[in-house]
Amino acid sequence: MTSLSMTDTTPPIQTFDPAQVSKMFMARAHPGWLGLEYADHGENWVELKLPWNEKLLGEPDRPVLASGPIVSLLDMASGMSIWCTRGTFVPVATLDLRVDYQRPAKERSAVWGRVECYRITKSAAFVRGTAHDGDPDDTVATMAGVFMTLSADPNAIGKQVKAQAEARAKENGNG
Amino acid sequence: MAEAHTLPAYAEALGISIHDVEGGLPILTVDYSSDVEGRPGHYHGGAIAGLLENAAYAALRAQLAADGREAKLKPVNITVQYLSAGKPLTSFAKARITRMGRRNANISVEAWQTDRAKPIASAIMNILMA
Repeated sequence: MTSLSMTDTTPPIQTFDPAQVSKMFMARAHPGWLGLEYADHGENWVELKLPWNEKLLGEPDRPVLASGPIVSLLDMASGMSIWCTRGTFVPVATLDLRVDYQRPAKERSAVWGRVECYRITKSAAFVRGTAHDGDPDDTVATMAGVFMTLSADPNAIGKQVKAQAEARAKENGNG
Repeated sequence: MAEAHTLPAYAEALGISIHDVEGGLPILTVDYSSDVEGRPGHYHGGAIAGLLENAAYAALRAQLAADGREAKLKPVNITVQYLSAGKPLTSFAKARITRMGRRNANISVEAWQTDRAKPIASAIMNILMA
């Protein structure tokens, strides 16, 4: 998703429906610019579609999709697979994302990115996924990533606020 | 040399351009806009990866041109480390070719905003040349 350090205080949406939420997420900003679309989802996975677009070509002289949009596609599907698994929206930050490219996507073909969240701990979410251009068994790319959950624990936030207030009080006391 | 620094359609569409050339290798830049935005007010991780990748390709193309070589570039992999939030500011990226082989190049890239010593993301890549 977006990169590190989120301080969003929006209250969590209690049920996460990827099909519904996609309409909002993909109407704007970078996902909107790419034209990402919702394709499918399960309990712990989400599949998104990146339609073919001439503006996303990666080479000056060949009609080959750039690899960058595939990272964006898989990054977006990663975040949504985490929210699917948790059943709720909580801000997450990408810590590490690795993509292995097996082959270029077919010319003029859409690319689908399917990511599953296979493990969630208190502070981290582990995801893996693939990108394909029609046949899920013939992958264009595979990926693995780790995301950090931010401000998921209200007690942690409470402690943080208290610590900050104490530090300020101490500073004022000294000054 | 000008041709060696031509950016692909994807880079130009995203607003990426060449800021400077340093030691023969380009520094790429992108201005903050809705096109690169993820969570409101922050860069999308994918857009940062796009900037990093383009800086790696641009560096490799420049090096190949300097070496008088012609090759098609095939990305093999990228590992991105996100180090801090991409704030709504202009970003820069420059690659270092760690090893230039005959068929494979190992490249490391860093992206930064106001302070080059505090990168917002880094990546390592393998790119095959055919």
